[in-house]
Amino acid sequence: MGASDFVNLPNIGASVLRKEDYRFLTGGGQYTDDITLANQSYAVFVRSPHAHASIKSINTAPAKAAPGVLGVFVGADVAADKINGLPCGWLITSTSGTPMKEPPHPILAQGKVRYVGDHVAMVVAETLEQAKNAAELVEVDYEVLSAVVKVTDAAKAATLHDVAPDNHCFKWAIGDKAQVDAAFAGAAHVTQLDLINNRLVPNAMEPRAVIGSYSRATDEYTLYVANQNPHVERLLLTAFVMGLPEHKVRVIAPDVGGGFGSKIYLYAEDVCLTWASKKLNRNIKWTADRSEAFVCDAHGRDHASHAEMALGKDGKFLALRVHTDANMGAYLSTFAPAIPTILYATLLAGQYTTPQIYVEVDAWFTNTAPVDAYRGAGRPEATYLLERLVTRAGWELGLAQDEIRRRNMVTQFPYQTPVALQYDVGDFRALLARANELADVAGFAQRRAATEAAGKKRGIGYSSYIEACGLAPSNIAGALGARAGLFECGEVRVHPTGSVTVFTGSHSHGQGHETTFAQVVAARLGISVDQVDVVHGDTGRVPFGMGTYGSRSLAVGGTAIMKALDKIEAKARKIAAHLMEASDADVEFANGEFTIKGTDKKVSFGQVALTAYVPHNYPLDKLEPGLNETAFYDPTNFTFPAGTYICEVEIDPATGEVRVDRFTAVDDFGNIINPMIVEGQVHGGLVQGIGQALLERCVYDEESGQLLTGSLMDYALPRADDLPHFTLATLCTPCSHNPLGAKGCGEAGAIGSPPAVINAVLDALKPLGVTDFDMPASPGRVWEAIQAAKP
Amino acid sequence: MQVQLKVNGKSASVETPPNTLLVQVLREQLQLTGTHVGCDTAQCGACTVLMNGRAVKSCNILAAQAIGADITTIEGLARADGTLHPMQAAFKECHGLQCGFCTTGMVMSAVDLCQHHPKATEGEIREQLEGNICRCTGYQNIVKAVQQGAAAMAA
Repeated sequence: MGASDFVNLPNIGASVLRKEDYRFLTGGGQYTDDITLANQSYAVFVRSPHAHASIKSINTAPAKAAPGVLGVFVGADVAADKINGLPCGWLITSTSGTPMKEPPHPILAQGKVRYVGDHVAMVVAETLEQAKNAAELVEVDYEVLSAVVKVTDAAKAATLHDVAPDNHCFKWAIGDKAQVDAAFAGAAHVTQLDLINNRLVPNAMEPRAVIGSYSRATDEYTLYVANQNPHVERLLLTAFVMGLPEHKVRVIAPDVGGGFGSKIYLYAEDVCLTWASKKLNRNIKWTADRSEAFVCDAHGRDHASHAEMALGKDGKFLALRVHTDANMGAYLSTFAPAIPTILYATLLAGQYTTPQIYVEVDAWFTNTAPVDAYRGAGRPEATYLLERLVTRAGWELGLAQDEIRRRNMVTQFPYQTPVALQYDVGDFRALLARANELADVAGFAQRRAATEAAGKKRGIGYSSYIEACGLAPSNIAGALGARAGLFECGEVRVHPTGSVTVFTGSHSHGQGHETTFAQVVAARLGISVDQVDVVHGDTGRVPFGMGTYGSRSLAVGGTAIMKALDKIEAKARKIAAHLMEASDADVEFANGEFTIKGTDKKVSFGQVALTAYVPHNYPLDKLEPGLNETAFYDPTNFTFPAGTYICEVEIDPATGEVRVDRFTAVDDFGNIINPMIVEGQVHGGLVQGIGQALLERCVYDEESGQLLTGSLMDYALPRADDLPHFTLATLCTPCSHNPLGAKGCGEAGAIGSPPAVINAVLDALKPLGVTDFDMPASPGRVWEAIQAAKP
Repeated sequence: MQVQLKVNGKSASVETPPNTLLVQVLREQLQLTGTHVGCDTAQCGACTVLMNGRAVKSCNILAAQAIGADITTIEGLARADGTLHPMQAAFKECHGLQCGFCTTGMVMSAVDLCQHHPKATEGEIREQLEGNICRCTGYQNIVKAVQQGAAAMAA
């Protein structure tokens, strides 16, 4: 079924209330820490208090002798059992042709620690309190080494890893440098910008949690883990780290309390608990404290960039040249190298026809927590850089923020960018026009006058983003360094009485798959949404899957379900044809009924389902009984959600306080199944982006490497009273290459909003002489910028 | 020490060390896992329950402080037949939750808020929810749910 037929099915585009909500609202959700197994013990990790140190000795004897202790494990135990380090799932090759430096990433330190929070030992005891008390008794003798936390200081700092003496992981580039340089040489105007993309801590509200479990009776492991992609977790854990056969390991990611990227990865704790559950023959639980999450969850962003745009007199973009230093942290997390390269540089064309682009990226190791994908993953960094640069270029040339964008926007599709991606569809100027209208830009001057009369400043900021979602065509990803396929799997199991269970390799940790996917299946089969349940997050029940990240669940996971439904429908037609004594080709299927054109013959979907399982009157010579189909879907292109966001801020120059007064977001996500859920995703994304722009900044001490923002008292997450009421709208150009016409919506808000906010802040502060500003625009930083600009 | 308290209308008595937090008694001894722990600095509010009718962060109350108290957790909010409390229903109808983790604490705070400020404005609701952090929803639909829930509770 194609996208144009699909959208006309019943309940597609309806805000069906969520099936999962009842359990969440009544305390019936089951997150990993809510699970208590029989014979369960507790793990606590001894973590490095130093950013960089050699371990001279570890004495575990006092801890081992403490009450209730079942085991204390250190790096030597890991090595003795030949447990490998954590693998990196993406290989980037440097411009010199050499592969990236890929140092070992041990699950427990092997003679050295490289960031505050690095794993030194694991203590397992009967109770959590006993484990905590015993962990205090593990004596570690450290020789402290000098530490580096700033990416631009990495080259001249002490070496973290022997394989990378200068702390350099890779140098990667895309684009034609010679042509870009030539375009700059002849340009009428060049706009330049240096900017920092601030490091963030994802902070899903559910801290990471793991239960390792082993059965001697069956020689099987079960791992419960707060994770976004249980099959990937299992693949990495079994094939790469522990050398176990996959069929002996079941990974269950039950209800998961938010992910935002931070729960994609295989972490040291996951491996340690799995490994120790067999050694101790005990079920073991570990749940991170929030303070632990701050030091050892993978962080996001942390780029330092220099960007230049060459423009013609008419404001047309001629070429873009970018250099970025990307902080990888102390080790390479699962997908880390892909973020500042494939998911970043390829997005730097944005919505514009810039004919020449050259981007060079240096990635560095520092004594900080590993950095990996966080909501948007590379695309927010690209959008922030480009949209800040575009606004600045407009101001330098005397062009309004909307006009410089409109002039340069792509209007013909498909559009091949100079940085590998090919946009299939879009209508960027329509998004911009609608945003201008909804934001009442015409009334801005009047609002600004009112604000100024009250002694404050008002500014307006634009951002027109594009993102590449629906990760990804496996062959292209493979050519770009991915060490995995990026397809998705769906199984549709029709039960004898016509109800349906759907098994998806995507994972929901807030996105509402149990409702959206049920809507898709119900619409196709002409049954009610209540008759469809969606199962996800269990390698023991779902055939396979790559999980949820990169706004891929509907575009890729939903399409896999559509393909399985195609098979269900094809088989059901044959059964119906048999029941109606007609030929397959004459059978029509709509609204849950099979009919024969020009006759009054009909059978319901339920009758066909029952016949498939009670095949008394059935073409057994030609058709197997049963109605259960699985499909794998590998996308043929990325999807390209896009939009224009307009932010208006009010700033009190006396205090530096920035208030977001109005925020308008107009997005094109292609076809939408459930607008209520999509709006919720946009709200959440916007707030994470506004959080980055106004509040959030992960800070390490530059001397000691200590994390200074290590709790919710020091790291400001957005709260209800930090935010305005958002104005949202969507326009639709359906994705051209999947049968849902869907593009994905989970990350857009976080990608598009930071530059809109900062452009608004700079617009407000321009009259005070402030011309540049790095996020976050917290009151102290804004006040300082105002003071520094005073003549 | 022995801690006697009333939880969701039923008397409970647990033997527990004196340094035990109320949230530990609820989650670990009474298996009421709908109350969640999202931080260790009393900032996130995921552990919010009603103690003698007022919202408290149960990670910040010793079990000993709750002796004799009347505690309502999220499990005790719906009617005995499973019908949702008006605030729970409003969260569902307004899509005021996504991953569900902060939700139970958020709903308990919202119930307290509306019992004491039934006519709170949007601004007042945003201010009153300062002690509950949600990372998923961006709060807009939570605020809408609290307004709708307040109206339903007053009806």
